[in-house]
Amino acid sequence: MGKYLFLGDEAIAQAAIDAGLSGVYAYPGTPSTEITEYIQTSPTAKTRGIHSRWSTNEKTALEAALGMAYAGKRALCCMKHVGLNVAADCFMNAAMSGTHGGLIILTADDPSMHSSQNEQDNRVMGNFAMIPMLEPSSQQEAYDMVYDGFELSERLGYPLLLRITTRMAHSRAGVETRPPKEQNPLSFPADGRQRFILLPGLARLRFKALLKAQEAFTHASETSPYNQYFDAPDKTLGIIATGIAFNYLAENYPEGFEHPVVKISQYPLPRRLIERLADTCAEILTLEEGYPVVEEQLKGFLGKGITVHGRLDGTLSRDGELTPDAVGKALGKEISAFYAVPEVVEQRPPALCAGCGHRDVYEALNEVIQTYEGAKVFSDIGCYALGALPPFRAIDSCIDMGASITMAKGAADAGAFPSVCVIGDSTFTHSGMTGLLDCVNEQSNVTILISDNETTAMTGGQDSAGTGRLEDICRGIGVEPEHLRVMTPLKKNYEEMKRIIREEIEYRGVSVLIPRRECIQTLKRKHPAKQ
Amino acid sequence: MKTDIILAGVGGQGILSIAAVIGEAALCEGLCMKQSEVHGMSQRGGDVQSNLRLSDRPIASDLIPLGGANLILSLEPMESLRYLPYLRPDGWVVTHSEPFVNIPNYPDMDRVNDELGKLPHKVTLDVERIAREAGSARAANIVLLGAATPFIGISYAQIEEGIRRIFHRKGENVVGLNLKALRAGMEAALPFPAKA
Ligand SMILES: Cc1ncc(C[n+]2csc(CCOP(=O)(O)OP(=O)(O)O)c2C)c(N)n1
Repeated sequence: MGKYLFLGDEAIAQAAIDAGLSGVYAYPGTPSTEITEYIQTSPTAKTRGIHSRWSTNEKTALEAALGMAYAGKRALCCMKHVGLNVAADCFMNAAMSGTHGGLIILTADDPSMHSSQNEQDNRVMGNFAMIPMLEPSSQQEAYDMVYDGFELSERLGYPLLLRITTRMAHSRAGVETRPPKEQNPLSFPADGRQRFILLPGLARLRFKALLKAQEAFTHASETSPYNQYFDAPDKTLGIIATGIAFNYLAENYPEGFEHPVVKISQYPLPRRLIERLADTCAEILTLEEGYPVVEEQLKGFLGKGITVHGRLDGTLSRDGELTPDAVGKALGKEISAFYAVPEVVEQRPPALCAGCGHRDVYEALNEVIQTYEGAKVFSDIGCYALGALPPFRAIDSCIDMGASITMAKGAADAGAFPSVCVIGDSTFTHSGMTGLLDCVNEQSNVTILISDNETTAMTGGQDSAGTGRLEDICRGIGVEPEHLRVMTPLKKNYEEMKRIIREEIEYRGVSVLIPRRECIQTLKRKHPAKQ
Repeated sequence: MKTDIILAGVGGQGILSIAAVIGEAALCEGLCMKQSEVHGMSQRGGDVQSNLRLSDRPIASDLIPLGGANLILSLEPMESLRYLPYLRPDGWVVTHSEPFVNIPNYPDMDRVNDELGKLPHKVTLDVERIAREAGSARAANIVLLGAATPFIGISYAQIEEGIRRIFHRKGENVVGLNLKALRAGMEAALPFPAKA
């Protein structure tokens, strides 16, 4: 116990340890990665034997977490927002089965797309699954929500979705910790088969149970310490602020609110608090970090024709992260910068590190590809996606993890040639292996480069699930040994690399090339003296 | 007491260790603090910034409002200019003077210096050179912090304490080198006009 300066992610990790966690299951993804990393390096977690090894993807992570919770223990599953798309099948159905031990599913959303392909707001997913959600407004609240959250999950019998955003994940503040609790003993749900076998007859009963449970979830929201009503004199406007939007609101009223405010950090919506606001105020302004989720719900929910302002009527921008300035403007405040950004300032996009093996892969690949008219290079998620930028401009797509192999297959099916793809080693084991099996089964005419830096580099160098076994995996899936070729991406090998790439493009079938050289960042960390 | 600081630089330069020292010092003083960091994609050589807010009262927002920062502390001259809309009219810019060139269209340094020259309150120093002269080339960020100590709102002694706490695990020698770098930065900034 004590007071610590924690990132939001660290507060969540410490809270989970203190709450009697038995296992965290996760696949790395900004801005959620530091939660699992904190538990992996925590001495307490080690002595308590808390599981913390990385999973192969978010789906395997969530299923394992559900299994641990089925066995009565407390489990945490962490992912970035798009990870929940991968885990969605388990997610939707875990809402049907419910849980036995406490289960918290954490989604770290990334509005403004600091490090992501989209800015999806996973409160939509929480509503879709109809499970209770928590959205902290401060690092302390994040700590308390997790510390108490496992008990709430056990009491309600359902998993909770904890939604944070980049600012909460990666912002530090003082956090007061609480006394550590014991882990749960091994135990199984008494009505396990009724709940966990989702055959249609039983599933129908489970859905009715989930619908009935909404009442208890709403009651929990209405009595939650995280949802609050603040009265204030000027009733021309009532304000609903969710998650960290509440902070930006408070920043604009340093001397106290002028309008009544409902702060929401637990869902489903606390009906009574909102009805009270709607009954006393002429209009409502919703402030949400992300999609207009509450704003849309209010329209159906209030049914009184009350005017609601927010992201849908243009009071706030429909996209992008909130800021104190954006919220101030929505409140009609004068916001002004004194200085402007001078014209001389240029953009500075991220780039592949000097000495990175992906650079050599693209150098060699580009030279070969230029000799083919209409060649397409489908790529994927990872550092190597930076091959999109100059000087390489080497790739044509980057959609979702694993999509490079399967898009190359589809394009080849359509007649595109050459149909090449570049995928990272961690992305390959995350979601590329199944697509490779599709290619092998149909002998698709694709050339697949697994650019293997033996780590998950983009997110900071976590272990990669298939390191040392990629050839075995490819052979096992059925890639022909003579079209499975390993090379070392270095300048001195360019001629050989180019020759191999060309030969395998010319081979009408599935080829897998593995350029392999360790990430220079992880290498530097292992040998700091060489820096 | 309330100080809003923007730390700026290029991914990999080490702005977060400056934030860590100030944070530790603030914690010793019993101040409230919020600090948003940049992790992820832009750490690969892109522009990075961190908002650091200190106050003797609770802080609401993790982000500094436009025109609200008392100080921009930058390890790169062009990067110090990127965040000017966040600077108060009476705020200070303390920046390293030498460019970090990792883009093909990096502007002419004379133009960057002209813009810096227009600012009424600034300190520009070659903190890498000062760090080398002080005996630790790796402590350039601490030299920069030293140069900014008059504008942070925390006493010099308390910032020294922050350094001791952050570096103590690396041994007395490292602590000593960083304290020396801090002092070298503070002294190098003395000739710049003091805060009005
Ligand atoms: C579904 C999903 N999960 C996680 C991420 C976060 N993420 C982006 S890139 C990446 C690492 C990819 O590693 P690898 O394929 O080995 O390429 P490297 O970065 O090492 O070059 C991860 C985990 C994501 N974008 N989508």
